[in-house]
Amino acid sequence: MHSFGLLSAAIWAPILGGFLVLAVGDRAGGNPARWLALLVSLLTFAITLPLFTSFDTHTAAMQFVERVPWIPAFHIAYFLGIDGISLWFILLTSFLTVLVVIASWRNVSMRIAQYLAAFLIMDGLMIGVFCALDAILFYVFWEAMLIPMFLIIGVWGGPRRVYATIKFFLYTFLGSVLMLVAFLYLYFHSGDSFSLLAFQKTPLGANAQIWIFLAFLIAFAVKIPMWPVHTWLPDAHVEAPTGGSVILAAIMLKMGAYGFLRLSLPITPDASHQLAWLMIVLSLIAIVYIALIAIVQQDMKKLIAYSSIAHMGFVTLGFFVFTQTAIEGAIIQMLSHGFVSAAMFLCVGVLYDRMHTRDIQAYGGVANVMPIFASLMMLFAMANVGLPGTSGFVGEFMVVLGTYQVHPWPAIIAATGLITGAGYTLWLFKRVIFGGIIHAEVAALSDLNGREILVLGSLAVFVLLQGVWPAPFLDIVHQSVAHLLQQVATSKIPG
Amino acid sequence: MQNALFHWSFAIPEIWVLAMACVVLLVDVFVGERQRDVAYVLSIFTLLAAMALTWSQMGQTGFAFFGQFHLDPFTSIASFFVELLSLLVLSYSRKYLLRRSLYRGEVFVLLLFALLGALILISGANLLILYLGLELLALSQYALVAFQRGNLRATEAGLKYFILGALASALLLYGMSLLYGLTGTLDLHQIAIALVNVGSANYLLMLAVVFLVAGIAFKFGAAPFHMWLPDAYQGAPTPVTLFMSSVPKIAIFALFLRILVDGGYGSIEIWRQLFVALVVVSLVIGNVVAIAQTNLKRMLAYSTVGNMGFLALGIVAGTQNGLASAFFYAVVYAFMATAAFGLIVYLSREGFEAEEISDLRGLVRTRPWAAFLLLIIMFSLAGVPPTIGFYAKLAVFQALIEAHFIWLAVFGVLMAVVGAFYYLRVLKVALFDAPAEDLAYGADDPLAASVLTVNSLALLILGIVPGALVAFCYHALQGVL
Repeated sequence: MHSFGLLSAAIWAPILGGFLVLAVGDRAGGNPARWLALLVSLLTFAITLPLFTSFDTHTAAMQFVERVPWIPAFHIAYFLGIDGISLWFILLTSFLTVLVVIASWRNVSMRIAQYLAAFLIMDGLMIGVFCALDAILFYVFWEAMLIPMFLIIGVWGGPRRVYATIKFFLYTFLGSVLMLVAFLYLYFHSGDSFSLLAFQKTPLGANAQIWIFLAFLIAFAVKIPMWPVHTWLPDAHVEAPTGGSVILAAIMLKMGAYGFLRLSLPITPDASHQLAWLMIVLSLIAIVYIALIAIVQQDMKKLIAYSSIAHMGFVTLGFFVFTQTAIEGAIIQMLSHGFVSAAMFLCVGVLYDRMHTRDIQAYGGVANVMPIFASLMMLFAMANVGLPGTSGFVGEFMVVLGTYQVHPWPAIIAATGLITGAGYTLWLFKRVIFGGIIHAEVAALSDLNGREILVLGSLAVFVLLQGVWPAPFLDIVHQSVAHLLQQVATSKIPG
Repeated sequence: MQNALFHWSFAIPEIWVLAMACVVLLVDVFVGERQRDVAYVLSIFTLLAAMALTWSQMGQTGFAFFGQFHLDPFTSIASFFVELLSLLVLSYSRKYLLRRSLYRGEVFVLLLFALLGALILISGANLLILYLGLELLALSQYALVAFQRGNLRATEAGLKYFILGALASALLLYGMSLLYGLTGTLDLHQIAIALVNVGSANYLLMLAVVFLVAGIAFKFGAAPFHMWLPDAYQGAPTPVTLFMSSVPKIAIFALFLRILVDGGYGSIEIWRQLFVALVVVSLVIGNVVAIAQTNLKRMLAYSTVGNMGFLALGIVAGTQNGLASAFFYAVVYAFMATAAFGLIVYLSREGFEAEEISDLRGLVRTRPWAAFLLLIIMFSLAGVPPTIGFYAKLAVFQALIEAHFIWLAVFGVLMAVVGAFYYLRVLKVALFDAPAEDLAYGADDPLAASVLTVNSLALLILGIVPGALVAFCYHALQGVL
C-alpha cells in the first residue's frame, strides 16, 4: 500500500492533539484551546478524506493495511486496515468530531480544554475501533474509549451524572469482558494469531460457535443497545452534555452494530444462522415496544434516546436476514442514524442552551420565534420518521424490503415501526415547535446563530444527499457486503 | 548440583546489600539528627549499586554455595525488580518520614534487611535458605509496621501481623519438614527427583503441600488467609504499606516458584486444586468486600486480596505461560501498588494521612495533576486498557484458557467488573465531587511528586507499548519447567 500510515495518522493525530489541548489548558478564557481543538479535528478529518478518494470499490479485501508486531510474546500485532464497511464510520467519526467541537464553542465554559481534549482522544480511539484488525487491538480501543466518555458524562453531565456514568461504564465493561474471553478462546484455535481475518477463517464446532456468538452478543447488544440491556442508554443520554449525546448516539451505538458485521457474522456463521430467530425477535421488540415507550416520554433527550434504540432495531434486523439488500440497508441506516440522531441531539442542545430545560411541556410555539431552527428541525424530524427524500427512508425501506424477501411477517411487524416512529417524532415536533406560545420564556428565544446554522446545516446537507442520491454510499459498501454474505453462507463446522 | 562450586560471586548483590546495611547502621550511630540525610543517601546509593550489580549478572546461570544458591534469568530479573521497588519506596517516603519524626537510620536499615530477605528468597535453592530469607523479610516488616511506637493503631497492626505471620511461617515450616521427611533432602533439585518416585497420591505429600500452600497464601494475602492484611495495611505508616504491597509480592511468588515448581512440580495436581479454591475465595472476598470500605488504604488492602486472586489464576494454569503470566502480574501489580500508595504518601501531611476515600474529594480542582495520575492508577488497577494493568490480566486469562480453564476465566473477568466498581468510586470522589474546603494536602515534595509522575505515567506508557516489559518478564520464566 503506497498510502502507508494514513490510518495510524487518523488515530494518533487526534489523540496527541488531545493531549496538546490539555497542555494548553484553560488560559485566555479557553480560546486557544478551542482553536487548537478545531484545528486538530479538521486536520483529522482531512487525514481521513484520502481514505475515501483513493478507496478501491472493486475489491472486498482490506485496504490501507498496516501491520507491525506489537506484543510479540503474545503474538499481538498492530494490525490496521479498512474495507467498505468501516470506511464510512471512520469518516462519520472524524466529521462529527469537528461538529461537536464547533457546537460546544460557547456552550461549555467549565474546564473547556479538558472537555475538548476528551472528545479528541475519543475521536482517535473510535477511529481505532473501526480499523483495528487485531482482536486485542480492537479490544484495547473498544475499552479505552469508555474512559473519556466516563469523564464527559461524569464531569459535564446533568444532575444525576454520577449514577448515569457509573452505570454506563459498568454495563459496557461487563458486556465487553466476555468478548475478551471469546477472543482468547479463538486465539488458541486459529493457530496462535489474534488477527480478525484469521479468526474469520478458523473452523469452529457448532457448540463453540454458539458460545462465542453469545459472548459477542452480550458485548454488542449492550453497546447498540438492544432490548433488554438498553437501560443504561436513556440515563447516559439524559445526563450527558450535548456533545456527549451526539457522539454516543451517532458513533458509539454503531460500534455494537459494526461488531456484528466484523466479528459475529463472519466468525460464527453457523451460530448466526441458528440464532437468527433470536436476533430477529429482539430487533422487533426494539422496533415495536421501545417505540411505544418513546411516545410517552416527557423529556426530549429521553425520547430521542428511545427512538435511537428503535432505529437500531432496524439495523440488527437487517443483519440477521442475510440478504444483500437488508445488510446494505442496515449499513445505510447506521450512517443515516449517525447524521439524524446527531442532528436531533444538537437541536435539543440548541433549545436547552436557551431554556435550560428538556421538558417538552415547557415549550410550544417555538416556530414563531425561531423559524430557521424550526425548518431545520423539521427536516431532521422527517428524516427520523423515514420520509422519502431523506436518508432515513433509504435505510429503513431497504431493510424492510430485504426482510420481506425472506421473512414476510417480521417485515410487516417492522413496518409498523415506521408508523410509531412517525407518531412519536411528529408529536414531539408538534408539541415543541407548533402551536401558540404558552410560556413567556419561549417568546424571548432568539433564532440560530451562525455557528449553529453551520453545524445543523452541514448535517442537513448529508441527510438530503444520502436521501436523494444514496448510490455513492452503496458503491463503497457493495463488494464488502457481498464478501460478508459469502462468508456467512459458508459453514465453518469442521468435517 | 551438590558438587557445584562455592561461586560466591553469584551472591555479590546480596553480599553488597548486607554489607551496606551494616554500614548504614554504623554510620547512623555517628551522624547526628541533622546529618540523617547521609544515611538516606547512602541507602539510596546502596540500592542503585545493587541494581547495577544485579544487572551485570543478567544472563549468567548456575549454582553457588554447594547448590544452595541459584542464579538464573529469573533470579536476576526478579532481584532487579525488588531493588527497583525498594528504591521507589525510599524515594516516595523521605518527606513523609521527616514530617512524622520517623526519619531515622533504623528505618533504612530495616528496609535494607527486608530487601536482603527478599533477595535471598528469590535466589535460594534449599528449603532452609528459603526459610531464612522469608523470616528475614518478615521480621524486618513486623518491626517496620510497628515503628511508630506511640501510635496505638500501628502497634496493634504490628502485633497482629506478627502473630499471624508467625503462624504462617510455622505452617510453612511444617510443610517443609514433611517434605524433608518424604524425600530426605532439603535441596529443591533433589526433592524434585525424589518426588518422581513418591507419586501424587501420597497422603503425606498431600499434607505437606496443603501446609505449604496455606503458608504461601498467608504471605501472599490470598483469601481466606487474608485476615491480617487490612489491619496491617491500614495501621502501618503508609511508606511501610507501600513496601509491604510491592516487594514481598514478587518475593513470595519466587518462594512459590522455588518450592512448588522447582521442587514440587510433581505435586501440581494437588496444589492446583488448592489454588483454584484460593482464587475463587480471593476474587469474591477481595472484590466484594472492597466495595464496603471507606478507608482508601483498607480498600487497597482488599484490592490486594483480589489481585492475588488474579495472580493465582496464572498459577492455576500451571503451564510455562501460566507461571510467566503470574510473574508478570506480580511485577505489574507491585508497580501499580507503589503508585497507589505513593499517591497517598504524596498527598499526606503532618496530622493528615489522606487515607480516607473522602479525603480525595474534588482532587481535580485542587491538585489536577495528581487527579490525572490517580485516573491512570485506578484504571490500571481495574484492568482497563490502555494501561499496563490490562495486559497483566490479559496474560493470566490467556494462560488460563490455554490450559482449558474457560469457566474459571469467565468467573475471573466477571469479578474484574465487580472490582471496577470500587476503583470507579474513588475516581467519582476525586473527579466529580465538589472539593472540600477544609482539606489541605501536603506541601511541596518535589522528589515524591516526580517519582509519582514517572511511576504513574509508566503505567500508561507501558500500556501503549507493553512489548518489551512482557518479553522481559516472560524471559525470566524461560525454561522453568
